[in-house]
Amino acid sequence: MALPFFSKRNEITPPADIEAASLRSDRFRLEREVDWQRLDAVVTALEKGRPRRIADEDVLDLPVLYRKATSSLAVARETSLDAATLDYLESLVRRAWFQIYGPRIGLIGWLRRFLGGGWSAAVRGIWLDICIALFLMVAGSVVGWLLVARDSDWYYSLVPGERSGGRVPGASAEALRETLATQDHGQGLTIFATFLFSNNTGVAILAFALGFAFGIPTMLLLVYNMVSLGAMMWVFAQAGLQWEFSAWLAVHGTTELLAILLAGGAGIHVGRSMAFPGNRPILAAAATHGTRGAEVMAGCTIMLIIAALLEGYVRQLVGSPATRATVGGVMLAFWLLYFMLPRAPVEKG
Amino acid sequence: MSAVANAMRLDADKRAREVLTPEGLSLPMTIASRGARAGALLLDLLFIFLGFFVLIMILAFAGLSLFTLEMGEATGPMEAVGVLFILLIFLSRYGYFLWFELGPRAATPGKRLLGIRVAARPVDGRTATRLTPAMVIARNLVRDVEVFIPSFFLIGGGEQAGVAGWAAFVWLAVFVLFPFFNRDNLRAGDLVAGTWVVEASHAKLKDAMSVAAPDRSSEYRFGAAELAVYGEHELQVLESVLRHGDDNAMSEVAQAISRKIGWQYGGADDREFLESFYAALRAHLEGGMRFGKRKADKYS
Repeated sequence: MALPFFSKRNEITPPADIEAASLRSDRFRLEREVDWQRLDAVVTALEKGRPRRIADEDVLDLPVLYRKATSSLAVARETSLDAATLDYLESLVRRAWFQIYGPRIGLIGWLRRFLGGGWSAAVRGIWLDICIALFLMVAGSVVGWLLVARDSDWYYSLVPGERSGGRVPGASAEALRETLATQDHGQGLTIFATFLFSNNTGVAILAFALGFAFGIPTMLLLVYNMVSLGAMMWVFAQAGLQWEFSAWLAVHGTTELLAILLAGGAGIHVGRSMAFPGNRPILAAAATHGTRGAEVMAGCTIMLIIAALLEGYVRQLVGSPATRATVGGVMLAFWLLYFMLPRAPVEKG
Repeated sequence: MSAVANAMRLDADKRAREVLTPEGLSLPMTIASRGARAGALLLDLLFIFLGFFVLIMILAFAGLSLFTLEMGEATGPMEAVGVLFILLIFLSRYGYFLWFELGPRAATPGKRLLGIRVAARPVDGRTATRLTPAMVIARNLVRDVEVFIPSFFLIGGGEQAGVAGWAAFVWLAVFVLFPFFNRDNLRAGDLVAGTWVVEASHAKLKDAMSVAAPDRSSEYRFGAAELAVYGEHELQVLESVLRHGDDNAMSEVAQAISRKIGWQYGGADDREFLESFYAALRAHLEGGMRFGKRKADKYS
């Protein structure tokens, strides 16, 4: 193509002979073409994620170049009928707009702001939904306990066979104690921890994503998961092992259950905005609540990594119930402090 | 042929939107078609699949077979491979889309190939807003129930599970078919995140028409009545014919124009005739524009 072409070094040759153009609108275009192509080069470098390639003077001129291109587009729409130029300008301005008004901070900057207060602010922002989720989880485990206490056959329908692993009603205290024991070696624990993390995060993401349907599936998921926990709790309590079981659960459970609580809360938050959008249009309400829920969820992933490490390593290697309970308690205190301590407000990005 | 072209243009008109930038400029956007979005998704899934395929082949050549891997028994390098694999599966399910859509192009490789990208939906239907990381995270978390769970469900033969299976099937179908029931082609994740997917065209600046062609206004003189026949739409069709430069098309168009304006044009040089007519018509129509008179097409 015989365009005024720019090579790798971003050299833009001005059009040879502006006066040769017979049409007024073509002269308009030729006079401004160099600026458009400078903007084009900057935008291309930004799109490729290589802002260092841009020359200093181009960076300084970027706002001017952008405004020139937008005003060129506005003028060209009213004076030029050259479809190719209009297409080019529209696409250029749109690309430039996406870059200039794109996310201002990178992933690292976002993460810093997120951990430094954005996350806990989002969590505090959905407190009502967290309370609903907490109620459902407590209710679920109580229901599980009561069902199995009345008729222990319920246990088999509440806890799938592969999950029980010998923890069945009527099992001897010895056999139950065995399921809580540690491993004497650390082999394979990394795989176990990784597996736990990816599995639990999958469940948490599901709890959030299902919130889209007015939050009802999220609530069912929360109740269902807690019913089987309540049922298992009853089995251990029958054998007089409630303290050992609670400690065994608390090591990672305080972190993991809290993460599931937050994920469920985020799902309910989204569902609630769809069912009761208030004065706003339903789409706007869903979008605000959805992004806040997503921030909570991003944090849940971090919590579940920590939970998986605790479950995969600490629980398998530390045997004494007292130590286990201490670890769990410390983690719980840490999370509660992290979420509840007020911090300097952060501006939204 | 022209019916198909017409239908495509109608569809593109239906997908055209305008957003207002902070500068007060209305910026045209085109919503990505459902076909393009489905194609992009399939491409992305294909890339993920191929990546895993290559990885498994490399491991097999290195003498490591994943199928003999037993949890808890693996030691040393096998443990590392197992961890790597679980993490990779996790990341390809949740991380792949997230990573690419958080980049400066806001598009996964599949989306890029099909020329579409993610953008923030205007809040009040008009004013453009910026895309934030939280939006991208939200739309990709919901992707799980829209893409992965239905596909696992179908692969796992979940539809054979009787009434519960049917209920689950209908339920998941609601998510999958969601884009067909709103005019912005939003999927559930877009709705929750406040985003939409638009076309991201990357047009090159083409030559100026009146520089490429010499000025022949003294050889071909068109009168005002002759130029009043056509409008802007016909001018732009003529422009695309000239830029395309196909001889048959040019001679056909030249015949049609000369018939319409009542010239006895011998067909000496189609390009020359068309370029002169184009320049004259454009000067005429643009002159009208400066006085606020516009003529959209030959019927107006």
